[in-house]
Amino acid sequence: MTNRLFVPLAIVTAAMFAYAPFMILGAPYESTMGLVQKIFYFHASAGMTLFAAAAVSGIGSALFLFTRKPWADRMAVSGAELASIIGLVVLVTGPLWARKAWGVWWQWDARLTSTLVMWLIFNAYLLLRKYGGPGSDRLAAAVALFGMANVPFVYWSVNVWRTLHPKTSVIPSLQPGMRGPFWFCVLAFLLLFTLVLIVRMGLEHRRAELDELYLALED
Amino acid sequence: MRRFVEAVWLVTRKDLLVEARTKEIFLTTLFFALSCVLVFAFGFVREGRAVGDAAAGILWIAIAFSGTLALGRAFERERQGETLRALLIAPIDRPALYLGKLLGILILLAAVEVVVVPLVALMFQAALFDHALLMLGLLATGTIGFAAVGTLFAAMLVRARSRDVMLPVLLYPITVPVIIAGVRGTAALLQAEVDVPMARAWLSMLVAFDVVFITIALWTFEPVMTE
Amino acid sequence: MGVDFSTLRFADVSRNYGRRRALNRVSLTAGAGSITALLGPNGAGKSTLLSIAATLLRPTSGEVLYGDVSLRDGGAALRARIGMLGHDLYLYPELTAAENLRFFARVYALPDVERRVDGALAQAGLSDRGDDLVGNFSRGMRQRLALERALIHEPRLVLLDEPFTGLDEASRTALRARLEAVRRAGGIVILTTHDTAAIAGLPDASVSLVEGRLAA
Repeated sequence: MTNRLFVPLAIVTAAMFAYAPFMILGAPYESTMGLVQKIFYFHASAGMTLFAAAAVSGIGSALFLFTRKPWADRMAVSGAELASIIGLVVLVTGPLWARKAWGVWWQWDARLTSTLVMWLIFNAYLLLRKYGGPGSDRLAAAVALFGMANVPFVYWSVNVWRTLHPKTSVIPSLQPGMRGPFWFCVLAFLLLFTLVLIVRMGLEHRRAELDELYLALED
Repeated sequence: MRRFVEAVWLVTRKDLLVEARTKEIFLTTLFFALSCVLVFAFGFVREGRAVGDAAAGILWIAIAFSGTLALGRAFERERQGETLRALLIAPIDRPALYLGKLLGILILLAAVEVVVVPLVALMFQAALFDHALLMLGLLATGTIGFAAVGTLFAAMLVRARSRDVMLPVLLYPITVPVIIAGVRGTAALLQAEVDVPMARAWLSMLVAFDVVFITIALWTFEPVMTE
Repeated sequence: MGVDFSTLRFADVSRNYGRRRALNRVSLTAGAGSITALLGPNGAGKSTLLSIAATLLRPTSGEVLYGDVSLRDGGAALRARIGMLGHDLYLYPELTAAENLRFFARVYALPDVERRVDGALAQAGLSDRGDDLVGNFSRGMRQRLALERALIHEPRLVLLDEPFTGLDEASRTALRARLEAVRRAGGIVILTTHDTAAIAGLPDASVSLVEGRLAA
């Protein structure tokens, strides 16, 4: 997309990611965990971006299901793909952190489990689109909608069941020195997400245009 | 409104009539559920007693697996003869069609559970009937939640490719809260110091889940089924 | 019950599946008391056109009008005036002929269910087989029953997908007579076939589809 802001934003994002490691290194050492704690900067940022991707996909799906506007479907599928990839990042960096922090690779607590379930739902969404045959864009949109509605229930259930993950309040309780790098990384991730989303939606848009051209050719 | 209820009942009655003739889905689902219980028993029974909360887990997994099978089979039936199309062409409100099919599935699953639940209680010496009302509530709301989502998904997959494997792939992640609530609620009733308030909390969550998801299903059935 | 209409109109209707165009700017009009034949080879888009007319599919572009009512606005009331017979017959093999008819009669909210059921059985020549399971019927019997099921609510618009396929000579004659009766009663009949010989002399108009497009 030849959006005039795109290239400058891309440069800014690249610069932020280039600088991020320095910021992270400069941040204070966490007392108990040492170096491994620094994964948190990317892990939590990815986590926030995952929810952004999920929201984008969910909203796109709802819009597509009820208005059948093609751009809504493009938003839905792009968000879902990004959610799948970012989810993978979250689910890999999390255990790396957890092994050091809690001594185990995985724990069945609310946040982990609902992230895993949400990731599975988006993968199911992508599988359906790939293997479901014609009309699967509409069906997948319903899956995304149900998936979104599902997340609070999963969260609540597992929360009542057990909880070990640091609660959301870990952010305010961050040492002052850590807050800067943290929000920097969050911003970098969200920028990257937005850029990739735009590119991905553009790709779908071009695919649709190609289909139209094929059809016009037959006329 | 009356017309709506009549339509729902028409669809359900037809499904029950067809099933009563052949009993095919009921019997195959029942025996599948029993096989599930057996297979899981080998995994979780040690020295004649179920390990920990295994009985609760086994029960709900059996319900989930056999429920998925029943859903698939029920809609496969509508695929032969394309009768689902005939119903979509008919002047039945789409939500009524959804509810009619849901009710039919629920009655079928209830019939299966009537056999499987006492059997699990027997085989695992699980005191499932000490708090019968609560247990019934958990089973009812859990099955409703599972079937509510399952009916929509099975209906929408009727003409999709790979529908046999897609149904469980789509259904299980979304019904995770139902399974958690069902298992934990049942376990709360089975443990040494029975935790009734806990079981009640799970029951409330299931009720909320059912209300939310049946509403979403009624809302999305029409757009999802229209090509 | 329902909205009634006296014409069916397709205005520039297209239906795409991604890169594949199933229907390409098809226009046709059919009035009450007529039989229109849709001809064309397999894959030409005949079934797609019927599905759209039956409100099962939405067109990608173009308008479908039932009298003054557009497909978009028509709901259950519109569907009450449409009858369709598909290739798969839309019958429940586990139920008897009478039960099938009764179910659909109730679905269409017909006031005099039993009379209609008896009438339909008589028209299909199955009055003595009413309580037999459809699963045990021969193909011809099933087809006759399926047709009466589609007509039981006296629809204005009658859509038939390949109704003459697999019928013997006697059944064909019977079907022709039945469709002529529907025409006399003011119905709009649209049927598809790829066998022009079977329908010779029957339709008032013929429309040919080739690769989704109207052939001249």
